[in-house]
Amino acid sequence: MAALLDRDEWRAFSDFLALGGAALCVILGLVLALAGEDPVIAFHGCVLLGAAALAFFFILTQIMEKKETHDATNYADGVVRAGVIATVFWGLAGFIVGDVIAWQLAFPVLNLDLPWTSFGRLRPVHTSAVIFAFGGNALLATSFYVVQRTCRTRLAGKWSPWFVFWGYQLFIVLAATGYVLGVTQSKEYAEPEWYVDLWLTVVWVVYFLVFVATLAKRKEPHIYVANWFYLAFIVTVAMLHIVNNLAVPLSLVGSKSYVIYSGVQDAMTQWWYGHNAVGFFLTAGFLGMMYYFVPKRAERPIYSYRLSVVHFWSLIFIYIWAGPHHLHYTALPDWAQMLGMTFSIILWMPSWGGMINGLMTLSGAWDKLRTDPVIRMLVVAVAFYGMSTFEGPLMSIKSVNSLSHYTDWTIGHVHSGALGWVAYISFGALYCLVPWLWHRKSLYSQRLVEWHFWISTLGIVLYITSMWVSGILQGLMWRAYDHLGFLEYSFVETVEAMHPFYVIRAIGGLLFVIGAFLMTYNLWRTARGDQPVDATDQPEVAAAPEFRPGQYTAPAE
Amino acid sequence: MSWAKHQILEKSSILMLVMILIVVAIGGLVEIAPLFWLSSTIEKVKGMRPYTPLELAGRDIYVREGCYVCHSQMIRSLKDEVERYGHYSLAAESMYDHPFQWGSKRTGPDLARLGGKYSDEWHRAHMIDPRAVVPESVMPGYPFLAERELGYDDIEDRLRVNAIVGVPYSEEMIAAARTDLELQAGVGTEGLEEFLAAYPKAQVRSFDGNPDRLSELDALIAYMQMLGTLVDFASFDAAGPNLR
Repeated sequence: MAALLDRDEWRAFSDFLALGGAALCVILGLVLALAGEDPVIAFHGCVLLGAAALAFFFILTQIMEKKETHDATNYADGVVRAGVIATVFWGLAGFIVGDVIAWQLAFPVLNLDLPWTSFGRLRPVHTSAVIFAFGGNALLATSFYVVQRTCRTRLAGKWSPWFVFWGYQLFIVLAATGYVLGVTQSKEYAEPEWYVDLWLTVVWVVYFLVFVATLAKRKEPHIYVANWFYLAFIVTVAMLHIVNNLAVPLSLVGSKSYVIYSGVQDAMTQWWYGHNAVGFFLTAGFLGMMYYFVPKRAERPIYSYRLSVVHFWSLIFIYIWAGPHHLHYTALPDWAQMLGMTFSIILWMPSWGGMINGLMTLSGAWDKLRTDPVIRMLVVAVAFYGMSTFEGPLMSIKSVNSLSHYTDWTIGHVHSGALGWVAYISFGALYCLVPWLWHRKSLYSQRLVEWHFWISTLGIVLYITSMWVSGILQGLMWRAYDHLGFLEYSFVETVEAMHPFYVIRAIGGLLFVIGAFLMTYNLWRTARGDQPVDATDQPEVAAAPEFRPGQYTAPAE
Repeated sequence: MSWAKHQILEKSSILMLVMILIVVAIGGLVEIAPLFWLSSTIEKVKGMRPYTPLELAGRDIYVREGCYVCHSQMIRSLKDEVERYGHYSLAAESMYDHPFQWGSKRTGPDLARLGGKYSDEWHRAHMIDPRAVVPESVMPGYPFLAERELGYDDIEDRLRVNAIVGVPYSEEMIAAARTDLELQAGVGTEGLEEFLAAYPKAQVRSFDGNPDRLSELDALIAYMQMLGTLVDFASFDAAGPNLR
């Protein structure tokens, strides 16, 4: 194709495509805004209309000015910087909503008896905000950063990386406002209705194309291991999203739809999706992050190439099978439950393969744990990954699951993974990225990173220990019999017993939120270019590449 | 194995991509696809029928408010659960549920067999202010449901789309959806016999205690009062003809 068009024609074609796409979205938004059969889809039409109109005029002015968008490093870092800012913003939003609903469970009056503020509608806002908005933006930003550095080439596409970024933010806004206004299809972590799902599909396909096209034009002979994980994450999430969300809408201008699957098949499809949202969104993607930022920050090569090959292929093959462990002792056929349990236990091995490869990369550099809180955050993330990937297989054993399922133990397990692993590896990557991307000599304050680390670690410990106790306590109370052979506790007695643990959990969550605010302040001061308070304490690698003594200065790192 | 062979994948983004696709497709194919054609997946039972239009409208409210985040509808085959909630849930009982509402967390109790356990009055008081009837409850209050008119202009479409995705609603049921919905809520009596013939065991009354108004609470209580009441367990055979 490239041979058929010269550079200018190619650029004109891509400008035309971007303008045309924006115009199409303006029309689509207008149709939904005017013909929408319910207020929510009409409102969402207005949002699309506004966003697309802004995009249209922005693209138009850029074309008129014929701006050369390449920056000095020849890497497309603008979209990465935007992704970093979005990660911090949505992280704060998601953590705050999470803590609000934690307090709601301790003090139900906080539900305010209004439709928009009840736990049932806010919980999906929290889960989507932390998984897809915070985690998703972290993956978007780091994958765009890492793929350029490890392929030594600029991101493919002129407008498309920006479309991926803004299209994804639009998806988040449509999904979250939909939940608050009561538009949901009630499939956990896949709550957005059909039209929001379609929008995400378009965005995701472009993301996939940008990523693969960048890989294809790489100047390195080998594809670096981090990119295997990012690629598996992008491809598999596309497959999961499309299959799980197949639905028939009531009307092409209405928000309501019915999923094509029912009952047991729907349950299996949903948890195939749900568990692999964990496996590929929250694990494979973030392992990609680990494989770049841990060796980079430790300035050591990856511990074992062979281990990364073995654990990559076994991880992605085995994870897909683990879904049925969410459905033990239910009406799902026993053969499927047994398969799910078996593969979940086997999954322990590749998971720990990844953990070992990450931790052992510190070989010969363990002293940095003491001096560099950023690497400590990255390493503790990997340790939490190891812990929750041991706990997961344990909980997937049917007899353990009969106790743990439906209780807070599951919530605690998820958060040891989400706060300990996903958030910490992302925080570590953010602390690396901000000075590198904004061309600073160091972070504004390393001491603030220390504070962030210890406050949020205390928060995580309070969170998961309280949920272990409440989960196991409630599970045991549900199955307790008195000496006459009757069930000992009514359901509501078990609810009452949860109260102190819900308060402790909410306090733990609050500490985590406070830590995230410290990070935001620190990153903001760093990006602004303020005089660092403790630059001399920080390792050389904290500085942007051009400020590292003895390092080269050509565009590629 | 020679590790050099892996370089073939590492050096080609397309091969890498194809290989990943193959590897991640297998598990889902093996676990999901057979559920659609193995007849033993869903037991043959007597009594299951599609939701009445009013129950379906109530179910949509249940979905809208996110009740599934705290309430399961899946009684596991464990002794204490069967004693607490009733017969373990059968796959057949959710075969018309698009989507399923099995849930994953019991912040509140399981609701798979809620139907008939409490009176309509109890449900009304409980939905308006849960702590008025259960002081230790942590459930949000839903007073607005009693005040909101039920929107059912599109009830025929709702049945029709359910029929498209496999729920056995007949053309007659779809055509009568609007009057059936009103009939069940106690508005009018004409066609009641046909309605009850089409939807056996359907309960007919004003569920929110206010016959002058068809509220969202009417629909939600109608749904809650039928949960788990359809299957005839007297004739249920756990080792049934398609189960071995």
